[in-house]
Amino acid sequence: MLNYFYRKLSLLFFITFGVTVFVFSLNFLFPTDVLSNMSGIPNIGEEDYAALAEQYYLNNSVIIQYFAFIGRIWQGDWGVSFITGTSIYSQVFRVLPATIELAIYALLYSFIVAIPLGILASSETYPWLDKSILALSIIGFSMPIFWLALLLILVFSIGLGWFPTSGRLSLIYNIPSSSGFLLFDIIRSNVDYKVEAFFDALRHLALPTFVLAAYPTTVLIRTTRQSMKDVMNTSYVKAAKAKGLTSGQLLRRHGLRNGLLPVIQMLGMHFGTVITLAMVTEVIFAWPGVGSWLVDAIHQRDYPAIQGGLLVISGMVFIATILFDLLYMIFDPIARIRGHGKI
Amino acid sequence: MLKNNPLIKVTLIFRLGITALLCLSVVACGKNNQAVLAHKTLLYCSEGSPETFNPQLVTSGTTIDAVSQQLYNRLVKINPETGLVVSDLARKVIVSKDAMRYRFYLRKDVEFHSTKYFTPTRPLTSEDILFTFSRILHLDHEYNMVGGGLYPFFNGMGFDTLIEQIIVVDDLTIEFRLSEPQASFLANMATDFAVILSAEYAEQLITTDQKELIDQLPIGTGPFKFNEYKRDHYIRYNAHKNYWDGQPKLEQVIYDITPNNSNRVAKLLTKECDVLGYPSSADVEFLKQKKDIDIVESVSMNVSYWAFNTNVPPFDNANVRKALSYVVDRQAIIDAVYFNHAEPASTLVPPSSWAYSEENTDVEMSLEKARALLIQEGFAEGFEMDIWAMPVQRVYNPNATKMAEILQQNLAQVGVKANIVSYDWGTFRKKLAKGEHDSVLIGWLADNSDPDNFYRPLLSCAAAFSGSNRSAWCNDDYDKSILNALTTPDPEIRKEYYKQAEKLIYEYSPLVPIAHALRYQVHRNYVEDVEFNPYGGIGFFQAYKGQN
Repeated sequence: MLNYFYRKLSLLFFITFGVTVFVFSLNFLFPTDVLSNMSGIPNIGEEDYAALAEQYYLNNSVIIQYFAFIGRIWQGDWGVSFITGTSIYSQVFRVLPATIELAIYALLYSFIVAIPLGILASSETYPWLDKSILALSIIGFSMPIFWLALLLILVFSIGLGWFPTSGRLSLIYNIPSSSGFLLFDIIRSNVDYKVEAFFDALRHLALPTFVLAAYPTTVLIRTTRQSMKDVMNTSYVKAAKAKGLTSGQLLRRHGLRNGLLPVIQMLGMHFGTVITLAMVTEVIFAWPGVGSWLVDAIHQRDYPAIQGGLLVISGMVFIATILFDLLYMIFDPIARIRGHGKI
Repeated sequence: MLKNNPLIKVTLIFRLGITALLCLSVVACGKNNQAVLAHKTLLYCSEGSPETFNPQLVTSGTTIDAVSQQLYNRLVKINPETGLVVSDLARKVIVSKDAMRYRFYLRKDVEFHSTKYFTPTRPLTSEDILFTFSRILHLDHEYNMVGGGLYPFFNGMGFDTLIEQIIVVDDLTIEFRLSEPQASFLANMATDFAVILSAEYAEQLITTDQKELIDQLPIGTGPFKFNEYKRDHYIRYNAHKNYWDGQPKLEQVIYDITPNNSNRVAKLLTKECDVLGYPSSADVEFLKQKKDIDIVESVSMNVSYWAFNTNVPPFDNANVRKALSYVVDRQAIIDAVYFNHAEPASTLVPPSSWAYSEENTDVEMSLEKARALLIQEGFAEGFEMDIWAMPVQRVYNPNATKMAEILQQNLAQVGVKANIVSYDWGTFRKKLAKGEHDSVLIGWLADNSDPDNFYRPLLSCAAAFSGSNRSAWCNDDYDKSILNALTTPDPEIRKEYYKQAEKLIYEYSPLVPIAHALRYQVHRNYVEDVEFNPYGGIGFFQAYKGQN
């Protein structure tokens, strides 16, 4: 187990190294001045230039510059934005919770919807159910989410007026941000309009969550269906059946635990895609997360912000992947024996 | 056996859940707080972020809309219905016979905003007025350079040479002495730029050494006070409970900054905003079909025009300019660019201005006349020229590129090959100020109701040097007529002078007026009493939300 953990950590180390080298090299690849890219101060005057160059080790070798860069990343000195002049580090970590919140709710939603549907579809008693669920999931899988999002906005927001088109919370409510996770913040706040704000936040969550969940849900339905089919066809399940267990007992004692293992693995593998989709969703719904923040930064050619965004998003993806892997290992003893790091 | 049945447990949990949800929704409805707060909050979808919270420093309509009427008052203001100057912070103004001394009597007990960052200890006095205008006038004033030191509106009207002296008579009386008579002085003091700041707040900022905050965390006397601003996201204002003219009916006014046109319209449809700024002409047609949305159409004091750079040949030749002016197909432009939401312009001032006269309206399109004039001037073969089309959408010109394309087609028929040129807005204005253009499609939105605001900034010799005269045209007769008009108090005589000026514009064609755009404000039908001022920003003081 520890060995496995250790292997995962060394994998993390190498990936981090790769990503930081890439982000560091962006300083030199972006069109503006290297020092501006690093510090985030555009048009540095001549008198400040020397001092800043000293501070950023620009006169030393590239290796030393790289380590200085790592040092700054570690200390949270990520430079300032070209556009607003405020610290990138604080900006990124202010918008990050919105993205995590959206991704978590979407994954939770897809778990709750997809697993029962997958199990239902795997049952051989109702082939028509299997076929219709499968058809639905293929439609969902092949529909581009930006199109789905616009369609939903058109029908449910503009047409029926049930849900708002953008944002996390109506601007009417002013909730002090403590953790950055909005629902949690609302519960902890002591404003008079707590309940209303909470429901308003839920209304804002509905469409983006549904849109973002579309892809993982369809993937999960198909994975669950396939693996449940495989498990139910194994000899030990057949033997258990022969012993007289009801189908409910079969499902709980043998089916779920073994059938859901590949699902966890699948989730880890698709987390990167989910984050990419979250960025698309954020842009469409003007969700103030790291995705729309990064897209804004790209639009405005805010190079220091682009670097910060890349670091955080890639960091988030590989930490999540490794977490899912560890989770998989905890549930699956065979994986522990195989034990080699993979991603 | 029955007790351990898991099904029963599930049903129980389910029931509990439903009950909890019901309770919650009952609480929600019972308290009805949402209804109260939402009912007292007005959401305005604006098209961009303000550059600053001090209107003295800018000319952009976005900033004026966001800031002026909400946070501040002026000494006098313009009644949007009549276009006349009426009292605001000054309850009375006495003007000397020679129009050179203006004495303002201030209202008593006008309270400044009390916020997290400033608590006023005294009401408004003459000292605040003195501070406000000294900051603009005196280059050595402590606050003059704070915020860039540029006061475009005041520089444009020649404020520094106009004001000879400002005299504090007593706590509530202040007198402005002008160096020359100016009939438009009160109209200028009534603009959204001439807002009054707090001298006490300025002193506090000096002691804490944070002078730049005066324009970022504003303090004024207006009906709303600043709460929070997040660039490119929103501005939040709260009601100023001690407002001198009565408490505003709204608790909060929120500016939802949404640059994208279609997103703004979508938000209006979903009630995410109640009032919409600057809908595009195409959207107005669409919104007209919605019965729960009201559209207010107003004539706005603006003009879009095609200016020729008279320093560059062949545009230094008045006949060539005249010839090109015959090429402009106003009706086609109004159909295609304004979607019929404009009227053709024959003069600089729109027909709603009192200075408008119906003469000089021979502005037909005639390719024959154009050709004949060009041949007469030796351009039978035609020539090549640039049309600069401004890259941004403005009230007076929603799509300059399209306008340029229409001109381009017509010009081709008289043998002139036109190239359309555009840069990003910042570069565009810089290059324009340097006079690098042949001709430019641009426009003007008046800051006040006085016609001088059109004639002087657009074509006077002074403006040819300072930049807003895009034709770089300088004509002594023209300057004389508008100067005469400015120093004469009697409107009838002033009108005659403006008629002369207009004749000169027609004769020399330094620019071709194209259209006066109509201005639209769109709001949900439950919003009442929003003040749409044709001369400036939007005001929410009286606004409230009625029944849905």
